[in-house]
Order: sequence, then structure tokens, then C-alpha cells
Amino acid sequence: MTTATTGRTALRGVVGTAHTRVEGRDKVTGAARYAGEIPFAGLAHGWLALSTVARGRIRSLGTESVLGMPGVLAVLHHGNAPRVDTHYIGALGFPPDPTAALFQQDRVHHVGWPVALVVAETPEQAREAAEALVVEYDVEPHDTRLTAGHPGAHPADGVLPAVTGKGDLTAGLAASAVVVDEEYTTPEEHHSMMEPHAATALWDGGRLEVVDSNQGTTWVQSELAKMFSLDESAVRVRSEHIGGGFGSKGLRAHQVAAVMAATELQRPVRVVMTRRQMFSLAGYRSPTTQRVRLGADADGRLRALEHRALSQTSTVHEFVEPSAGVARVMYDAGAHHTANHVVPLDVPSPTFMRAPGEAPGSFAIESALDELAERCGIDPVELRLRNEPAAGPVSGLPFSSRNLDACFREGARRFGWAGRDPRPGTRRDGRWLLGTGTAAASFHAGAGPSTAAVTAEADGGFTVRISAADLGTGARTALTLVAADALEVAPDRVRVRIGDSDFGPATIAGGSMGTRSWAWAVTEAGRELRERLAPGTAIPPEGITVRSDTTALVGALAQKERHSFGAQFAEVAVDTATGEVRVRRMLGIFAAGRIVNPLTARNQLVGGMVWGISMALHEEAVRDRASGGLYAPDLAGYHVATNADVGDIRADWVDDPDPDDPVGIKGVGEIGIVGAAAAVANAVAHATGVRHRHLPIRPDRVLSAAAARTGAAGA
Amino acid sequence: MAPAPSSTSSAVTLNINGEQHQLTVDHRTTLLDALRERLDLTGTKKGCDHGQCGACTVLVDGRRAVSCLNLAVAAEGREITTIEGMAEGGQLHPVQQAFLDLDGYQCGYCTPGQICSAIAVIEEHAAGWPSAATDDVRPEAGPPALTPDEIRERMSGNLCRCGAYVSIVQAVTRAAEDHEAAAREDDRAETVKGAAA
Repeated sequence: MTTATTGRTALRGVVGTAHTRVEGRDKVTGAARYAGEIPFAGLAHGWLALSTVARGRIRSLGTESVLGMPGVLAVLHHGNAPRVDTHYIGALGFPPDPTAALFQQDRVHHVGWPVALVVAETPEQAREAAEALVVEYDVEPHDTRLTAGHPGAHPADGVLPAVTGKGDLTAGLAASAVVVDEEYTTPEEHHSMMEPHAATALWDGGRLEVVDSNQGTTWVQSELAKMFSLDESAVRVRSEHIGGGFGSKGLRAHQVAAVMAATELQRPVRVVMTRRQMFSLAGYRSPTTQRVRLGADADGRLRALEHRALSQTSTVHEFVEPSAGVARVMYDAGAHHTANHVVPLDVPSPTFMRAPGEAPGSFAIESALDELAERCGIDPVELRLRNEPAAGPVSGLPFSSRNLDACFREGARRFGWAGRDPRPGTRRDGRWLLGTGTAAASFHAGAGPSTAAVTAEADGGFTVRISAADLGTGARTALTLVAADALEVAPDRVRVRIGDSDFGPATIAGGSMGTRSWAWAVTEAGRELRERLAPGTAIPPEGITVRSDTTALVGALAQKERHSFGAQFAEVAVDTATGEVRVRRMLGIFAAGRIVNPLTARNQLVGGMVWGISMALHEEAVRDRASGGLYAPDLAGYHVATNADVGDIRADWVDDPDPDDPVGIKGVGEIGIVGAAAAVANAVAHATGVRHRHLPIRPDRVLSAAAARTGAAGA
Repeated sequence: MAPAPSSTSSAVTLNINGEQHQLTVDHRTTLLDALRERLDLTGTKKGCDHGQCGACTVLVDGRRAVSCLNLAVAAEGREITTIEGMAEGGQLHPVQQAFLDLDGYQCGYCTPGQICSAIAVIEEHAAGWPSAATDDVRPEAGPPALTPDEIRERMSGNLCRCGAYVSIVQAVTRAAEDHEAAAREDDRAETVKGAAA
């Protein structure tokens, strides 16, 4: 038995100081094991077979010959798979995506729909057999094309109300001195995290064990329990290291396939998605078509604002990309109307992808603001400062904190914005035209209920247990610092264990809410433990554990507009001969709550900005109308920013602690991408005098836009 | 248990991180899958299995290679170094230490490939190899300065979807400086030794 030494020394606190990742050594030595890398005795390998047609019915599956192939153990399909329940509302408030509820029907709803799982002794055997499986279809005509006037479009709520409106839009526009009315589009974009989805399932002593890569172990646990009609206590999901998630790693076909096969074969089965399969099974960001109408007085003050966004979803699951939600937080006007519409098509189900809604929505609205600034002859920073709302434009609620003006002033100062010549196409560096652009950013700052346990160990250390997920965000390290401060001990005495559903319910790593929500629960438990451990308290061998549950605390938060904000600045160079756009430098200044770990938070924010560059210039999944599938769905066909695409990118922040959070946290996971693509596009417009309203700004688009302009000028 | 060799499999001896491993592999087995699935060396990552992402980068005879595009049967007789072989006696390789100190990663999945690549980049640069970012490629121009642009170009075979490129470049820069300083120190030691003799 030892005695407690918590809180004896007055420590200054470690939240806010840079700390390298606690699991860093494991990650740089290759010792960190991800989901597909945990060994199991007697492991069998499953390989999914996906449909090659976009719509129809499975007529036959040539399973017999496949079952005779070397090493093949089973072929699961709609004719023999166990029935599962899909009539439930999941933890996030939505029914499950039937794409993950494998083999429940003979219908095919998109190219890449799972039609069978082949299980074999080795991955090579499973792959060969899955590729040899002959599937015949009764093919029906399909529609995979999102168009602005699609007859299937309808308003849809998703995570936000579909429609908001106040004031007379027509009158507001008519009374405006300056009007912008433009259409903006963004393409289909894919998460493309580096680690493919992987899960191993096995039954162990009457309990289902799933080793997975996901954004919330208790989330996936509850989904699997509901789908397979099991008690939650009979399902354990672990996910220790996650090779990126970005919204894609929830319940997906691979876990369900592994569970079905492990149940059928009564041995451990691992299913890993191939990179190509991820393009139809892992979710994606819907393409969007957005119309923005802005009306303003000559001094740039908005009178009328309309933002209408259209996205696509699959025919089996409704997911809405809520792009029109941005203006509900950012800008007010007497006439203010926003609407999100969706159209079901014969395509895979889209899903949450880093800053869902805000990323494409901010491209449209922040581009339109830039066009308005241009037409009013007002500096784009000044235009935004003039349109700062006092309260939520739609809700009327106060902001918990905003500080967007501080971001713009600090950003403009550091970027060297003052004295910018607004005339386009006037600055050159050899064959490069140079331009600068800016845009505003916002992202919801929320908290969800979580439970945590903190144990004072007999050896003088402290163990935190919480079913948090570290997708690369640095959550594990941030929680170590938060726990150290709550306990008033040095961080090297704290060990944080995450990624195990046995640790109890916790908010998912999503919506930029993870670290804040978990930190709250850890702080509650840590502080109570510290109080309980008066100096000299005897600690028994099993330790002293305090548990917390923040459900009531989070539920008691007053209704406010709670968001992170930011100001993005970009400088681009455009090669007029090749159409190539290079982002030379970028600066983002954010008001994103108290920063727990500056080292990892800066990396997150910069990473978001890199996503913005990637969105502005590179990313585009192109769907072939004839087949309904994607052209070249892999990392050679789908371009994400490489090292050589990324120049001098910096992120910093202004002081902005959240007044209602015990640690002051808001969240930094998504705000970095918001507005980033618009800042780049606005810089391209400044460089060239040509406005690009369709992403990505590919070289061919730059060249044809320049040619059209020259032609028009010559005519 | 390794299956006996057959018409579709062969017995091979692989030299990995200085150790000889004997195993029978399916002829279709890539070096990447042999490492991960057969030898429990899971530090080498599978990101795309198509040679497009660089996550599976290892060193083959000191040069970087994507192990997903190499067959295990063809790797016999080669000296293969994986991320597990980079630290010596518990001491991190300077590139590993720089990635750790400067946060040259986020999720960590591309990291072993980035580090293997960076180690080779520093060697390639020291050997005077130009890159697409090199202005003057004439041999008499000597090796180019390892500027951020040079590093970005040379490291572009390794995707990082978390977007940690800025700190990756910082980490490679620091490791390269350490490497040069160490080389100078070695030169000086040689000179002193030569003078003493």
C-alpha cells in the first residue's frame, strides 16, 4: 500500500504547453499496431465481392466453383447470410446505412454494392476466389447524375433543419445597390485516409470481440449490438490506433462482414477493404450545386442573402450535405433564406467528411462575398468586418464567443494584407501571375456526454480510461495534459487508455467535439479524485477509481451559438502558359477555444488548410454516366495534395477560451478546412481576373477560362 | 506452420533488418504481405497496394522501394530494411527522433513509409542525386542545397492525408542537418586520425 501524492506541489499546469505525442515513439518505430495488424491464432481472411452494375437484381452467384477453390472456407451472400435488423435509430440519431447491412436483399443499388464475402485461409486465396466469383445481374437503367434542376430533389433535414427564412428576398434584392447571383459547384470528394478500413471479429466465451479502426468504439459497439440483436454487454469493440478517419470510420460493411463470417465459421475472421473498395463502401462527400444570391448597399452591408444547396444521396440511405447552413452562423441580412435539398441517385451513400456542409458551403458563400467586395469596391476583409452579426442570424441567440474580427485583424497584419492592390492580374513573377485572397471560417463547437474513469494506482501513477479515439488528432496526448492538470500532477505520471468500448459510453471523435467532450469527463473525474486523495491517503493495491458522467452537465449548457471561427489568407501563383496554380503561402488565424497542445493543434489546423488546398486544386472523383462507377477509383486517379503541392502554410490563434467549458476547449479538427478553398479561389481570381466557381481549379479550367476571356476581349 | 513448396509456392530466405527468415510463400505474395502477414513485421503499412501512396516504403539494398510492388520470391538475396530496423539499441534513428520531436505526422499510418523514404532521401542527396526541383543538374554543379522545395519534391512519393507535410519537411530538414554535421564530424575525426598517423 502506498500513499497519495496528488496536488501536493503547486504546478503551473500543462494545458497550453507543447507536448510530443505520448504514443509517438510507437508510431515512429512501427510498433503501434493498427486494426489489421493484431495477430490472432487461426485467423481466416474475408474478401468482399462488389457489384459491377449500378442498378438491378442479382440473378445468380457462381458460388459452387468458388467453394472448390484452394483454401476457401465460405461464401456469404444474400441467399445464406444471417438476417440482421436495420429498423433502428443509431447513436447519432439516424437509421443505419443499409450498405453496411450486408446481404439482406438481392437488389443492387450502386456500382460497388457488396454482393458476397469470400472467406479463405489466406488473403491471396480469398482474393483470387472473390475475383473468380461470377455474378449475373438483371440490369436496370440507372441515374447517377446530379443536376441543378433534378426532378428528384427535395428539401431534407439531416443534422440541420432543411430550410430557414426571414424577410422578403425579392424586395431585399430589388432594394440593393449591388447584387451577386451565381452558381458554384464542388465535386464528389473522398476521405482517403491512409489506413483502409479493417476489422477482425471473433467469439470469445460467448462474447463478440471486434478489433477495428473507428471513430468511436461504443458507437460501433451499439450499432453492431442492434444490428445483430445482441446485448451491448455481449459486444466489445477495440480500436487503439486509427490511421485517419475524417468522418468515414463508423459502422461499415467490413465489420458486419467480419462478424457474419466469424459467427458462421466460429473462428476469427479479418476483413480489410481494398483502396478501390473504399471508394464505394467508405462514404464520401457529395458533389454540390449551390446558388448564392447576395444583395447589399453600396457600402457592402447585406440586405438580402439566399443560399440554396443541392447534394446527392443513395437510394437506400439519406445523407444531406448541409452546405447552406454556413450563413445561418456567419452573416445576417434583413432577408435571409437558406435551404438544403437532396436528390437520391443510384450512387453509394455519402457521409460526414471533414467539415460536412461548412467545407463546400464556405467555398460558395465566401467566394460570393469576395465577388460582392469586388463589385462594391470594398476590401474583402473590411466587407466581412462590416457584416459581423451581433447575434445568431437565424437563431437570434448570443454567441458564446466569436472573435472573428480579431482573427481578421491579426491575420491581415501578419499576412501583409494592408495596401493590397485590389486590381486583378497586375502582379507578376516571371511567367507566374500572383494574387492574394481571404475567406472566413466557422465550425460548430459542441460537446457530447461522456463517461471516464480515473484511477490512482498504488505505484503513484494515474490511469485514465475513456473510450475516446485518437484519429491522429493528438487526443490521447491532449487528455494526458488535461488529466495532469485536473489531478495537479506532472503528465508523465498519467497514462491514458482509450479505444475500448469496455471503458463505457463516450462521444465519438467527430464534429470537432471529441477532445472537448472527453476532456470534460476526464476533468470531472480527475478533480474529484484529487479531492478524495488528501495527502497521505492510503492507496490499496487495486487503486482508487473515480468515475464521471457528463450527461447532466452537457445537457445543462445554455442555448447559445457556439462555434469556432477563423480568417484564412492565401497567396497563389498561376502559370499562364500551363494553367498550373501553386499556393505559395497560406495563413490561418483561428478563434478555436483554449488550445490544449499547441504542437498537435497547429498540425491539425495546418492539416485542415492542406485539405482546403487539396479541395481547391486537386480533388475530384468523376463518375462515368454509362457505367455509374468512378473513373480510376484509386490514389492515382483521385488526387490528394502531395508534399510538393504544399508551400509555406501557417496556422495560429487568438485567445478565445470557451467560457462554458471547464478547460475552455472548442475544437480544432475541422475549422482548418473551412474557407480554405475559397481563400485559394479568391486568390486565383485576384491573380488572373477570372473567377472560378467550379472546383477543382484544374489547369485546363484555368487555361480555357483565360482563353474565353481573351476571346471575349478580342471580339 | 509454413506450407510445403508446390507449383504455386516456394521456399525463400529473406534478409530483413539483418536477420535471415526462412519461409514458404505463395508466388503471389508481395514483399509487403510477407512482412505483415507472415513475419509479423507490421510496421510497414498497406495504404493502397498499388504503389500509389508510399506507405509501404522499405529500403531494398539501401534504396527505397514500395514493398507492395515487389514479390516476396524476388526479394531473396536482397538486404531489406524496414522501419523496425531503423532504431539501434533502443536509440531512435535521427530521422525518427525528428519526426517525433517536430510532430511530423498525425495518425501515424504513413509515418513508417515517410521515415524510410526520408532516410533514403538524405542519402540520395548526400550522393549528389538531383531531383525535379533541382535547377542545375550538371554534375559539376555539385549536390543542390536540400531546401524545403527539394525535400517536398523528393518526399512526394509518400502521401500523408492528415496533411502533416509542413512538419514532415521540418523534420527531414533537421535530420539532414544533423546528418551533415555528423558527416563533417567524421571527416574531421578522419583528418585528425590521419594527421596523428
